[in-house]
Amino acid sequence: MLLRRVVITGIGTVSPFGRGIEGLMDSLAAGRSGVVRVPALADITGMRTRVAALAVGVDAMEIPRKFRRSMSSMSVFATLASQDAAAMAGLGEEQLGGGRLGVSIGSTTGSPQTMEEFFKDFTADNSLERMKSTLFFHIMNHSCASNVAQVLGVTGRILAPSAACSTSSHAIGYAAEMIGLGKQDFMLAGGADEFHPLTSGTFDVINAASTAFNDSPASTPRPFDRDRDGIVCGEGSGILLLESLDSALARGAEILAEITGFATNSDPGSIANPDAACIAECMRQALADAGVEPGQVDYVNAHATATEQGDIAECAAIAEIFGSLTPTSSLKGHLGHTMAASGALELAACVGMMRRGLLIPTLNLDNVDPLCAGVLHQREVEELRVETIMKNNFALGGVNSSIILRRYQ
Amino acid sequence: MTDQEIVELINSSLAEEFEFDLGAMTPETALFEDMGLDSLDVVDLVIVLETAFGIKIREEEAIRKIRTLGDIHSFVIAKKRQSEAG
Repeated sequence: MLLRRVVITGIGTVSPFGRGIEGLMDSLAAGRSGVVRVPALADITGMRTRVAALAVGVDAMEIPRKFRRSMSSMSVFATLASQDAAAMAGLGEEQLGGGRLGVSIGSTTGSPQTMEEFFKDFTADNSLERMKSTLFFHIMNHSCASNVAQVLGVTGRILAPSAACSTSSHAIGYAAEMIGLGKQDFMLAGGADEFHPLTSGTFDVINAASTAFNDSPASTPRPFDRDRDGIVCGEGSGILLLESLDSALARGAEILAEITGFATNSDPGSIANPDAACIAECMRQALADAGVEPGQVDYVNAHATATEQGDIAECAAIAEIFGSLTPTSSLKGHLGHTMAASGALELAACVGMMRRGLLIPTLNLDNVDPLCAGVLHQREVEELRVETIMKNNFALGGVNSSIILRRYQ
Repeated sequence: MTDQEIVELINSSLAEEFEFDLGAMTPETALFEDMGLDSLDVVDLVIVLETAFGIKIREEEAIRKIRTLGDIHSFVIAKKRQSEAG
């Protein structure tokens, strides 16, 4: 339970649907897919997937060279999204540099693209003589958080959680707890990742990447569908500006939604395969943290990446807690799996759904897998006023997370 | 390479690396004050010159005294002539 109420007053997104939450919401509501064929993947021996959801509408040159030189594309995404979130919240230099605003932004790893470029050059002759001075700032695990803080002049706390697909849920949850404890009044919180073949390869090698729809990219991924065949990797960044309710009210800021609960737990049963009981426990803890009963949740935004085992385990957990009464969907069909950005991008979309008064269905869910039955799958765009949303994310490494979002009242 | 060719290659290499306007680069241009370079950039400047000219200058004492573009021109020309003579 948060000791101080925490609200969202700004949102910034960089996604396969471009930059900005409104464009993201328009695309989701229109049922568009951000997945494209990536011809270069065909040049990699052993790579079977050929599709990805790449971020578009980003101009890195907006960022002065002085700052950009220490950034890979994931930091560029995080910086632009953070600037948008801070602007939406109406923050100026006084708040950004006042010491009461911190940054909590993570990524799965440091820049894989920069790592590749370095080691390609390094291993050619075992030489460091061509190593650029800014290499480390691209590959350090807190690259996104630090680069955002440098550009925005942040002087408060820096946190860079890393838990693969749970990264930005962690970043947001821990940031909310920091504000709840009174340690900070504002947090730029979320995650970012850049696409690299290593990411797709990670899932491809364990037979968890989509390979059957290479010629029809918009048809995959297919969360909960009987013909789903795995993850489609994506990239981007989602950043929320979290703020104490007291601060937001004092500033007269527009309050977009409230974060009322967060839980995360570890699943020691397997480093790769999710466990329904462990997921359900995480969801129960989040509900308890928010002080709400399952019947008070109007919509569940599932992690559901379209893997065989993950979707089944999550459905079992949702059914155990909510039965078949609570509308449930996954946004991976539209966005692919944006990895460390996914929790924040999808939570941003949940805020968008709350504000637009509509539910977004799971794209590409044509025939529900019988093993994913038992929950109320959202199949069409529906106008509905929702008060409370649960957002799930689960990660390789056995890391579960759930966030409870509530309409501010 | 003629001295002019060396100067042109230095200027184009640095303009590309540091996103500087080639037309604004004169021998009097100060690296720190005018081009806005800092200590990290100087590390990369050395790499750019070493790569462009196939020379090793990182350990050279004279590199620490460079302040202007003209200093770089003179330094690299001397280094090239020295290596040709050697």
